[in-house]
Amino acid sequence: MRYFTEDHEWVDVDGDVGTVGITDYAQGQLGDIVFVDVPEEGKEVSKGDEAAVVESVKAASDVYSPVSGTVIEGNADLADNPGLVNEDADGEGWFFKLTLSDPDELSDLMDEAKYEAFVAKL
Amino acid sequence: MSDIDLANDYVEVELEHLPLDAWHRARGGRMVPFAGYHMPVQYEGIMAEHLWVRESAGLFDVSHMGQVHLSGEGLDEALEQLIPADVKGVKLNGQKYSLLLADNGGILDDLMFTRWDDGLYMVVNGAVKYDDIGHMRDELPDAITLNHMDEQALLALQGPKAVDALSRIVPGVEALVFMTGGHFEWNGTKLWISRSGYTGEDGFEISVPGDKAEALADALCVEPEVKPIGLGARDSLRLEADLPLYGHDLDPEITPIMAALNFAVASKRRREEANFPGATRILMEREQGAVSKRVGLLVEGRQPVREGAAVLDVEGTEVGKVTSGGFAPTLGAPIAMAYVPAAMAEVGTRIQITQRGKVHEATVAAMPFVPHRYVRGAK
Repeated sequence: MRYFTEDHEWVDVDGDVGTVGITDYAQGQLGDIVFVDVPEEGKEVSKGDEAAVVESVKAASDVYSPVSGTVIEGNADLADNPGLVNEDADGEGWFFKLTLSDPDELSDLMDEAKYEAFVAKL
Repeated sequence: MSDIDLANDYVEVELEHLPLDAWHRARGGRMVPFAGYHMPVQYEGIMAEHLWVRESAGLFDVSHMGQVHLSGEGLDEALEQLIPADVKGVKLNGQKYSLLLADNGGILDDLMFTRWDDGLYMVVNGAVKYDDIGHMRDELPDAITLNHMDEQALLALQGPKAVDALSRIVPGVEALVFMTGGHFEWNGTKLWISRSGYTGEDGFEISVPGDKAEALADALCVEPEVKPIGLGARDSLRLEADLPLYGHDLDPEITPIMAALNFAVASKRRREEANFPGATRILMEREQGAVSKRVGLLVEGRQPVREGAAVLDVEGTEVGKVTSGGFAPTLGAPIAMAYVPAAMAEVGTRIQITQRGKVHEATVAAMPFVPHRYVRGAK
């Protein structure tokens, strides 16, 4: 099941592991992505914390963690190929995985239909 | 997710629409607030647009810039009281880069001016054009008439194939050389065209009546070499070309020598007369060097450093600032402009920069990062 934030992150949850990325809408707004800084394994993040940085040619943006937990992996492929976020924001261009410390937080997030309706109004 | 750096040019003001507004939107331009107007930041993407300009020709809408016509008895002498250029030495249709200076030698704006047979035509930056006009109206004698040509649009066609495309539509422009211009006619419309620009490439700037701008932009974009290009790529192109941007790399705290614009005070006569604003300070800095200097930086790794990042000395003390920074599409690496103490300005000097708690390593680089390809005349 995939959940979305109003800040255009997504988290795909499988058991107690979440995979976090930014939405296709967000990568489209950013334009050409030239650098991504992902968190290291073991980092504790709280919901809403700045967890990653994504840089386009023109600007830098923070990526917030949609949920609290412990980072178990950052996407190493993004170091050599940050453009993966432009090519496949919903898949190969994921940012990091974490174990969720409070799955109840998911109830505050949007499902895909709600997110699509949210973006349509922007 | 949140934008950290986009805020620079964004202010809460009522935005105006320029003549090509609908044209940009129809072509998929993403419009953002810039210098008080809705302006296109990109169409297909900054990277692709940037590379297109370096290999073909890009059409930029720079109608936000101020176009001014100055005329009247004693104009050259009067303008020389405000800028350090050799105004008198500029021949008919010749063009010069110069700086509007404050009394203390600080830079109020950078500008281009050209000699017309009935006076001088000047292009100033959009964000400060009303300040510039006010300053000139205050400082120039009553005999000088200043006309803000706000009914004119301004297009820039930039890139190695610009001359091929434009000369098909406006024959004769191929005879111009860098920093010269001429009056031309296209479909009964009067155009002023100069061979100049702000990308480091060969190219042209075209002043066209606002109500004819769409038709001209359409005609140019029919040419296979030409695509519309947004201001995002204009910024990365000018950064690679060592062209400072007013409000970022230049401001009233910066003198021409600090900005490494020594060529702006190149006239021996003007230096001997020393009668431009801030002449004492500027000429002293020219002899002895300024305490700090604008340099280009090659940044290690892939992460860009941005405007506002701090330059550190070996003890870790902040001694300078990044004034422009981004990713250079032509080089595939991050680059920046920064002000550093004179002792750290030599090419090859290692520099540390901090940004959001992270230290970046950089090296002072020879500029421009990408060689200029201006078409100069035989001397």
